[in-house]
Amino acid sequence: MKIITDKSIPHTATLSLVQQKVIASLRHRQRKETWFRRLGYSAVLISLALVAILFANIFSKGLPAFWQSAITLDIYFDPQIIAISAKPERRADELTADYQQRFLAWQTEVGFINFNRLITDSLQKLVPDGTKHKRDLARLVTSGERFALRDMVVAEPSIIGQTRRLNLLTDANIDVWLKGNIDRSLPDEQQQLSANMRDWVDALAANGVIKNRFSLALFMNADSRSSLASAGLAGAFMGSFYMMLVVIFLAVPMAVGAAIYLEEFAPRNKLTDLVEVNINNLAAVPSIVFGLLGASVLIGWFNLPMSAPIVGGLVLSLMTLPTVIIATRSTLKAIPPSIRQAALGLGASKMQSIFHHVLPLAIPGILTGAILGVAQALGETAPLLLIGMKSFVASVPASPLEQASALPVQIYLWQGNELRNFFEARTSAAIIVLLMMMLSLNGVAIWLRRKYQRHW
Amino acid sequence: MKPNKKATMLLISVTALALSAMAEAKSRDTIQIAGSSTVLPFSSIVAEEFGNNFAQFRTPVVGSGGSSGGLRQFCQGVGENTIDVANSSRKIRPNEVEACKANGVKQIIEIKIGYDGIVFASRTDAAVFKLEPQHIFLAQAAKVPQAGKLVVNPYTRWNQIDKNLPDQDILLAIPGSNHGTREVYEEKVVIPGCESLAEINTLEQSEAKAICTATRNDGRVVEIAGDYTEALARLTAQKETLGVFGLSFYEANRDRIKVATMSGVEPNLDTIIAGEYPVSRPLYIYIKGAHIGVVPGLQEYALFHISDTMSGFGSVLESAGLIPLANAEREQTQQNIKLKASL
Repeated sequence: MKIITDKSIPHTATLSLVQQKVIASLRHRQRKETWFRRLGYSAVLISLALVAILFANIFSKGLPAFWQSAITLDIYFDPQIIAISAKPERRADELTADYQQRFLAWQTEVGFINFNRLITDSLQKLVPDGTKHKRDLARLVTSGERFALRDMVVAEPSIIGQTRRLNLLTDANIDVWLKGNIDRSLPDEQQQLSANMRDWVDALAANGVIKNRFSLALFMNADSRSSLASAGLAGAFMGSFYMMLVVIFLAVPMAVGAAIYLEEFAPRNKLTDLVEVNINNLAAVPSIVFGLLGASVLIGWFNLPMSAPIVGGLVLSLMTLPTVIIATRSTLKAIPPSIRQAALGLGASKMQSIFHHVLPLAIPGILTGAILGVAQALGETAPLLLIGMKSFVASVPASPLEQASALPVQIYLWQGNELRNFFEARTSAAIIVLLMMMLSLNGVAIWLRRKYQRHW
Repeated sequence: MKPNKKATMLLISVTALALSAMAEAKSRDTIQIAGSSTVLPFSSIVAEEFGNNFAQFRTPVVGSGGSSGGLRQFCQGVGENTIDVANSSRKIRPNEVEACKANGVKQIIEIKIGYDGIVFASRTDAAVFKLEPQHIFLAQAAKVPQAGKLVVNPYTRWNQIDKNLPDQDILLAIPGSNHGTREVYEEKVVIPGCESLAEINTLEQSEAKAICTATRNDGRVVEIAGDYTEALARLTAQKETLGVFGLSFYEANRDRIKVATMSGVEPNLDTIIAGEYPVSRPLYIYIKGAHIGVVPGLQEYALFHISDTMSGFGSVLESAGLIPLANAEREQTQQNIKLKASL
């Protein structure tokens, strides 16, 4: 559009009255448009700025949490401390139950061993005045690491008598101290670490014995409260994974089936209209309502276990159904009727025309809808709170029937942990993991749409 | 294209899976716990250690929901889809025991696991508070007695209540009524503070109680329904706020908040054990007797919870902020669990 500037307007005297009126109103309209554009720009700018602030906040807090301070120790698996009988081997003629009982007895025996002593013995060599403050010494390494040592012995008893160089996670408060997440100038009574611990830690960090290492614990461990530094996302991740499996295998086929029937086969009558209206209504139902439904029907009547991903998956399936139905129907609607007519004209049955010709063309759209539905379900928290999934679960679930948490719920739980200095960063790290999963799911959806998109 | 056969097979197998899941869901081998968010950190630690130390049992699952929420779930009935243990930061109420019995929960084993202190804390950069129970009552009440009459609470700044208190706006973040902490807060601070006023004692008892516990609703008292982090967020947002926290929460966040003294006593492990600090309360777990022997490890979990190694002096739970039971009390409780002594 060519903008009429003041220069291009001829002198007023040479213009007719109508022309003068048009020019006057033109200025007015142009001013209006400029203002509207400016409003639009500022709206976009403000929303971009808000997103940027949010991301900057989460990433600046969360990224450091992917690295965690760990101490490198030469652990001597002292046979005098680990005084246990030989690990039972299964005999050829032995019943499974008998073997399991012998193995359990052996595990109980191992359970009585104080593996913390292996750690403190090794620490004493590094910290000369450590013997005077044994309690502080034992607090350097996070308490869960003793189980890591135990598991090494259980897996490989021949390790007893050997020395291994291991990276063990330090206590959460040491991580906080070294990262500067607590004000270092605060007096003793406001610090979490005692004065001599702070000195040791600074010295060990200067020597490179304590180092920031990429935190595998964050990904490999389940949640923990007795050993805060080893709290991880594995349990929540598996919980979310099982729920998504249920959604993918239950909600998606059901929704696609329902959409195909409604779009292609269902007779146009009052009943179909009613169903359609209700599907749209269902899509607008707040998600927490589905949680109430799950708690009373699935757990109350069907006796499904509490806090189990199968229940979460079923609840989220209900929530995802309408989204996928609506997406699938709009994709099917967009396929030109000529394709159906051509198939029918060549003698294909209605079913053949749909399954051989219409559906293959609709698959990218259906997949996009399904993935977006699954991504929405992945981020959903409210219904899960009501079916007992906001519980503290310290184990990684092995099946959808076992108790688990979910990624968004884990964020909520960590947000409530009392050791704020450590868990503020941990929470943001969990948010980053969840965001990355959402972004990659949405990325897959976009890629599929681009790759298989067709134009008519 | 022939994906339909595969798709049908998939559908059938998934339906079969879902159905078998429902059938299989009958036997539960994981202990389910719910309730007080004050007890939750302690119970979670015990649950985790329990799972790590007893190879034959699974790690119990610990939920929250507040003392009242947990006991309500506990009293819903007996069976696989009800919880086995309720955590509570207050004693179970008679009406809750009745509700339990009406739903078939007849055997309720009460276990005292230790004590916990409740502290008043403010931001480290806020003024120092030296509180008396009466100050808290006068700050939070809807109506206060003045010159022989009850008037709408006129106090807006702390130094109007007592000139030794800081010249600061009255803003209180107290636990919501779903929390057991609220009951202790009222019993140990608000009501004693209220009854220390001469005018209240002349009133009839029921009337006095109503006046003592009515909170003002002009926005100066905020009830926190969530956990202590929510109260901490209040303090972060508003410097003047005085919040109610558990001692263990304060211990973990000493760099952010500082405690007020109550009747001249500073809250810490020693003053609470000695009984000098007035605002402390016992913490309980309630075990469903009917589930012992059905859900594996329930009795062992209870015994482990109050074992000396878990919750005695110098134990894991003590360093997490729980105040241990005296030895005689611990032995008595252990005996109760073994005998399944019900309420």
